[in-house]
Amino acid sequence: MNQLIRPINNNDQIWGDANAPLELVEYGDYECPYCGRAYPMVKEILRILGSDLRFVFRNFPLSRIHPHAFSAAVAAEAAARQGQFWEMHDILFEHQMTLEKGDILLFAGSLGLDIARFKDDLEQKALIDKVEADFESGIRSGVNRTPTFFINGKKYEGEWSGGQLLPYLMTVLSEVSSTGIA
Amino acid sequence: MLSPGTAAPNFELYATPDQKIKLNELRNRKIILAFYPADWSPVCDDQMSLYNEMGKYFARHNAQLIGISVDSKWSHFAFAEHRKFHFPLLSDFEPKGEVARLYEVYDEGTGECQRALYVIDEKGIIRWNFLSPVGINPGADGILNALEELSTLKTVNQ
Repeated sequence: MNQLIRPINNNDQIWGDANAPLELVEYGDYECPYCGRAYPMVKEILRILGSDLRFVFRNFPLSRIHPHAFSAAVAAEAAARQGQFWEMHDILFEHQMTLEKGDILLFAGSLGLDIARFKDDLEQKALIDKVEADFESGIRSGVNRTPTFFINGKKYEGEWSGGQLLPYLMTVLSEVSSTGIA
Repeated sequence: MLSPGTAAPNFELYATPDQKIKLNELRNRKIILAFYPADWSPVCDDQMSLYNEMGKYFARHNAQLIGISVDSKWSHFAFAEHRKFHFPLLSDFEPKGEVARLYEVYDEGTGECQRALYVIDEKGIIRWNFLSPVGINPGADGILNALEELSTLKTVNQ
């Protein structure tokens, strides 16, 4: 069973309660159609599990087959610098077919981001390094396709496309609650 | 599978429609041999697409990845072009599966290669092997760990 090599930390984009008993980490690619399909499912899971779950999105762009994936990942990280990571993350997944540079700038505009600063951040090595570090942590953790999920540090090997993730998370939640180990 | 410490058997296979590669002409770098069942199949597709992103990580260890299956050179050509692969796919096509048999990773039942990995060092010695269940993409973490161990050993020996 593969373990998440790099635990959740301050460099991560984290949604939800820091003390939540469940941790879901997704390694994803904004141009990957499977990740696009998983996106509304994950959103629904976040809504249902509420404060029981925190969610982390790490970048795993497969750049050779998805030529816009890396720049989209950097764009989300650049939006994070203006406090709008999740807003950009959502827009990117909702517009997977239009991820050219011009589209990304339009998305940034629609979020009311400071465009000059956003454009500048898109070129920042620190953000490029962040995306690469996410990718490498995924490789080391045994990520072998996108999306790959880790639940409380363990790789989820099951299927997710038929809605299996939520019941699985609920099972883990009940186990964690009954043993008191978060 | 052949054990670590064994000399990697030499072979010569088509890498493109008109060009063959000989293993023993690839000395002075490490070789990762990735045997896989079939072009175009879902798991192989994921696995090879992942390795396609790994070029710079393998290069840090002076390693080159090579895929091998029993598919024809023309199937490989189309598969590699469609997926934009930046590493060679060798065609173990005639006699079918001869190299896979040599490396003890031929599946007689399906007539395909098993999903198996070998890391071969600069001197042509097998240093690591891994057999994955056929339906499971082994990812790249095992390969990287093996390459790192080899680099550490080398540093210690110097």
